[in-house]
Amino acid sequence: MTPIPLEARVAGWQSQTGAPLAAPDRKATALVPARLSPGMLLAGPALLLLVWEAASRLGYLSPETLTAPSQALRTGYEMALDGSLLPHLLASAGRAYTGLFLGIVVGVLLALAAGLSRTGEALIDGLVQIKRAVPTLALIPLAIIWLGIGEAMKVFLIFTAVLIPIYINTHAALRSIDIGHVELAQTLGLSRAEFIRKVALPGALPGFFVGLRMAVSLCWTALVVLELINTQTGIGYLMNRARDWGQTDVIVVGILIYALLGLLSDAAVRRLEAHVLSYRRSLGS
Amino acid sequence: MNRPSLAGAVHLHGFSRSFHGKQVLDDLELDIAPGQFVALLGESGSGKTTLLRALAGLDAEARSSGTAVAHGNVSVLFQDSRLLPWLTVLDNLTLGLDAQAARPAAAQLLREVGLADKAAAWPASLSGGQKQRAALARSLLREPHVLLADEPFGALDALTRLRMQGLLRRMVERVRPTVILVTHDVDESLLLADRILVLRDGKIAEDHALDLAHPRRPDHPAFMQLRATLLRSLGVEAELV
Repeated sequence: MTPIPLEARVAGWQSQTGAPLAAPDRKATALVPARLSPGMLLAGPALLLLVWEAASRLGYLSPETLTAPSQALRTGYEMALDGSLLPHLLASAGRAYTGLFLGIVVGVLLALAAGLSRTGEALIDGLVQIKRAVPTLALIPLAIIWLGIGEAMKVFLIFTAVLIPIYINTHAALRSIDIGHVELAQTLGLSRAEFIRKVALPGALPGFFVGLRMAVSLCWTALVVLELINTQTGIGYLMNRARDWGQTDVIVVGILIYALLGLLSDAAVRRLEAHVLSYRRSLGS
Repeated sequence: MNRPSLAGAVHLHGFSRSFHGKQVLDDLELDIAPGQFVALLGESGSGKTTLLRALAGLDAEARSSGTAVAHGNVSVLFQDSRLLPWLTVLDNLTLGLDAQAARPAAAQLLREVGLADKAAAWPASLSGGQKQRAALARSLLREPHVLLADEPFGALDALTRLRMQGLLRRMVERVRPTVILVTHDVDESLLLADRILVLRDGKIAEDHALDLAHPRRPDHPAFMQLRATLLRSLGVEAELV
């Protein structure tokens, strides 16, 4: 369903008629900008990197304030080679994805319970909406009292953060089910189980994917703060230690890793979504 | 439950329905014999769709009184095809049935409506006319005794509509369900129906029988005469059309 670029439409229209219809000396006014090729989206980041690097080399940015991107890359490469990066990356990934997994499972179950039964909605929805209003980091003190300062606390907080977008979007999709499809199911005599399996759940999948895309980036965000607490592993720990030692290059490496992980996770979910929701693609789009 | 001879019969007795204090159907009486092809005409808001939805069991509100019963299997053909976008065309047809058992008949029906090569396609890849043909096949697969069609061709272009009307008539002639076709289109009702009802002020205001062989020619005198009558009763002077 991607819109056809304006130039392509104008070109097609001109080639059909043989010549431009309207005043040939005037170009069609572009009311919407033409579509950008995906690579061009990198223009902004590339420019920022260039200015940053130039400022460092020309001495406007001291390494104590902010390291040059080339230096950060070199540091990252060296850390990857000498094996000082991977254990931290794996530790962080373990926490993030355990929390993500639990958040997805529980979020979907709660959304189904609330979306498909009135009792469920009465019991669950209000609670989740309240949780939504409370910042995850505000729960740290309580989580520490309940679960201690170990891994369980960290995973628990990531789980509660991830739960929210999964629940909200899946639930909203279930609630906004097409009434026409409900009527169809009625006239076809579908049982409740068949209705849930064939109509309600597939109809809620697009909403679930919206939530999943938010969740995969969210599961990393709490880590920086959580890895301040009683741990010697993780990207967040690395960055905080680097702050104590004034290593801005390691801090930048950490930031780059977060950016990279966010982009890669989002791309992975998009691919999965495109595959699962392939029925949306019609001919000629 | 019902004796087989009743299957396909439609009865409305003293049926009333109001929306927000407005009486849409008012003490309506209607009997339709099994196998009749009935067209239901009326101006916008005259209650055609309300009547159809009541017969389809889609009117759960209690603000109705009297009886509205369609005996036997009832199938509904909506204006929008209502194919589920995440099921293939074939799976849409067998939705709610034992998919394995219904598959051969579904494939056969798809061939008959000219969609044999679309069985595995997603509905999003079909044109409006193809979607409506799939919806027709889905309805007929259930071997309905009563087929309720709510302006099924209203959203199609004129040429596709003509083809679909022919297809509906041919398909229906084989299976012989009772058909109630709600339509705005006087010509459509004249081409297809054996009995044409006009709904006005919440009641069946006119009841015309049209006993012409199919396929019908619009220049047949009986056709033209009833056309003028119907247009006039719907508020259009035939001379102007």
